[in-house]
Amino acid sequence: MTLHANSGSVWMMIGAIVVLATFGDVMIASALRQIGDLDDVRAKSGIFGAIRAVLSNVRFFFGVVGMSLSFFALLFALSWADVSLVAPASAALTFVTNAVAAKWILKENVDRRRWLAALCVGGGIFLLTR
Amino acid sequence: MVTASLGDTFLSVGMRQVGPVSPHHLGLLLTALRVPWILAGIALLLAFFASYLTALSWADLTFVLPATSFGYVIIALLSRFWLHEAISPWRWAGILLITAGVGFVTRGPAYTPTPETPVDSSKSVSLSGTEPL
Repeated sequence: MTLHANSGSVWMMIGAIVVLATFGDVMIASALRQIGDLDDVRAKSGIFGAIRAVLSNVRFFFGVVGMSLSFFALLFALSWADVSLVAPASAALTFVTNAVAAKWILKENVDRRRWLAALCVGGGIFLLTR
Repeated sequence: MVTASLGDTFLSVGMRQVGPVSPHHLGLLLTALRVPWILAGIALLLAFFASYLTALSWADLTFVLPATSFGYVIIALLSRFWLHEAISPWRWAGILLITAGVGFVTRGPAYTPTPETPVDSSKSVSLSGTEPL
């Protein structure tokens, strides 16, 4: 592993990526639920109508803000550590926090399979740090 | 999966050219936006985002996110064979475990119907092809 900063700083930055990305993902998923199937929207209003429907949604706007901040945190982290650590670790941790957020905020059916998947991903993250 | 993996790898190549960015020199991140690798990485990530939004209009967040996780394997291969990063056996095992997690989630239903958004069977998403959705 090639680290240019101490691992504590790298993991703090990965934590920031995860929190901001989870906020962004949940807001964007909520926006798409509100908008509905993009194929149907495109069939009714054309491709520009579909783009307008997405871009004019307030939840989507806040989601993009969260994702943008997460992106800059990712750039920071990539300048300090290997992509093979930062990219999988932040994405995998985001998956676990998203499962929790999706269950409680989006009311998704996070069943046994999805929790098991979260455990596998958590184990994968542990191994990634070895 | 492919656009996200290539995009992340391009960003990594670009940020290596820029060098370490300290919190006291945030302006350097704007300089990074002039590096071709960073621009190509951003273009690929935008393509990923368009595909991701379309998928989110068809399926749950907790289905779409892990379903795209095969990208970890692509990133590992790119970082090992292109960027020549060292990947330990433990890290390979971690990547495999994450991929196994993806396998679990993609065998279940893709969408949680709500009163406002009932399931449209013509838009069912299945990666395993083993169960009706």
